[in-house]
Amino acid sequence: METTKQYDVIVIGGGPAGMAAAIKAYEEGKGKVLIIERNDSLGGILPQCIHNGFGAVNFDRDYPGPQYAYMYEKKLRSYDIEILLDTMVLEISAEKEVYAMNSAMGYLHLQSKAIVLAMGCRERTRSQIRLPGTRAAGIYTAGTAQRLVNIEGYMPGKRIVILGSGDIGMIMARRFTIEGAKVLSVLELQPFLTGLRRNYVQCLQDYGIPLHLSTTVNKIMGADRVEAIETIQVDEQYNPIEGSEEILECDTLVLSVGLIPENEISRKAGVKLDRRTNGPIVDSYMMTSIPGIFAAGNVTFVYDLVDYVSQAGELAGLNAARYARNERIDSQLGIRLKPGRNVGSVVPQKIMITKNDETGTSITLRPNALIEHRVTVELKYGDETVVSFKEQYARPAEMMFHKLKEKELARLEEIKSGELTAVIS
Amino acid sequence: MSNIEQRTDICLRCPRGCEIHTVLNDKHEILKMEGNNCKLGPEYVKQEIEDPRRILPTSVRVRNGVRPLAPVWTPQAIPKAMLLELAAESRTIELDAPVHVGDIVLSNWKGLGIDLVASGEVASNT
Repeated sequence: METTKQYDVIVIGGGPAGMAAAIKAYEEGKGKVLIIERNDSLGGILPQCIHNGFGAVNFDRDYPGPQYAYMYEKKLRSYDIEILLDTMVLEISAEKEVYAMNSAMGYLHLQSKAIVLAMGCRERTRSQIRLPGTRAAGIYTAGTAQRLVNIEGYMPGKRIVILGSGDIGMIMARRFTIEGAKVLSVLELQPFLTGLRRNYVQCLQDYGIPLHLSTTVNKIMGADRVEAIETIQVDEQYNPIEGSEEILECDTLVLSVGLIPENEISRKAGVKLDRRTNGPIVDSYMMTSIPGIFAAGNVTFVYDLVDYVSQAGELAGLNAARYARNERIDSQLGIRLKPGRNVGSVVPQKIMITKNDETGTSITLRPNALIEHRVTVELKYGDETVVSFKEQYARPAEMMFHKLKEKELARLEEIKSGELTAVIS
Repeated sequence: MSNIEQRTDICLRCPRGCEIHTVLNDKHEILKMEGNNCKLGPEYVKQEIEDPRRILPTSVRVRNGVRPLAPVWTPQAIPKAMLLELAAESRTIELDAPVHVGDIVLSNWKGLGIDLVASGEVASNT
């Protein structure tokens, strides 16, 4: 075992959140920064996201995923930041120790002043949605299929059915079609599209791929390989409607049924998680319940756009560097933020008083109801509305952002502690 | 009053995806438009009526690279009707590693001013 190496900031995960965090931590502190990635390259999921749609917010341009990642990687590599690839983090401790291993260096025991968790999220699998039928080959999660098609160069099948109208599912429907496969149908259990509507237009409509709402997989057929899928429609209570079954002959079923933040090592270290987001509870500085451990990106909350993931990474990296420099970042002060009516989740879960700070004044929330008309979003302190803004609509597929205004921050500073509830009406 | 056409578009210019309702006369002139939140909306609908275009993201084969594929795209949107034709053609292309971001893979395809450009890096395996 190597002797313990000391760092100012260790970032766990080399995807968009981790790269942005490492860059910002270095720029802010010029200290010893290490980024640890378990894959053989940086970029996280972006190298396999070869579609465009990245960078509209941060660069005012539209880039494909690999190119967006490349810009961050180039910057990261231009700095004196240590990079460990092919390295698995096994455990972290509240004392900011990191235990990791790789095949070249063996077991590593590292000590840091601050840690940024940026492990991203994982796909929900077949067993997590309890799909009935045989255990035939030819059933993939959308991200795995995306990796096969875009990185490894294999097509998973020729006649494909997709379950789930999330963005990755729709993007893969187009991708399979571009590579010459036939996508028979995209099925969605909900009565509404769960991904962005622009992806419905440019991935399904443009390529003539049908979308069936309130429909799911009733049975998977085939002994060794998927031979057919039986679909069934559901009513408003998601109960199957007998007699609505339909057989689709296909060789592949692709699942795009949700993402879950990856927090095995956070949990083990004692970082408190939010049961709604499945990610660490974070404050305005992106600090978790353990002082000096920060979190950013899809590990905290599954985002719609990578641009916001990078921004969250920057915020976490900046504050991790400040913490490493012994600047006071006090997570004991602050106002708890809770989701209320029509709000699924909200980040941060604790607002810090940051009136004189240019960072950490944003609120991100995800609606859990579909409201197709103008809505008002409010943060309420008892009966008092402290923060209020309007949106054209509320859709579970689209997050909402609000940058706190000076007046709102001043009022929050007076309130100091207590609890605010986020509501949409 | 001559024929009036109504259409609904979901604007693709940004992730917001505004639903735009447009009323047109028989000369395809816009009489009324609502639902857009910025000036890109009318531009998008006009383009959709006259000449709908889309960006094509795909991949091409790579010889002697650390990976077998390189991601490519058309930075400029191409006519929607030609998407699958260019996709089919891109399946016949094979590059030699290394591939760099910005490398031109196909230049001025069919004389239409359409370029296919690499959007990722593939290092050589030698």
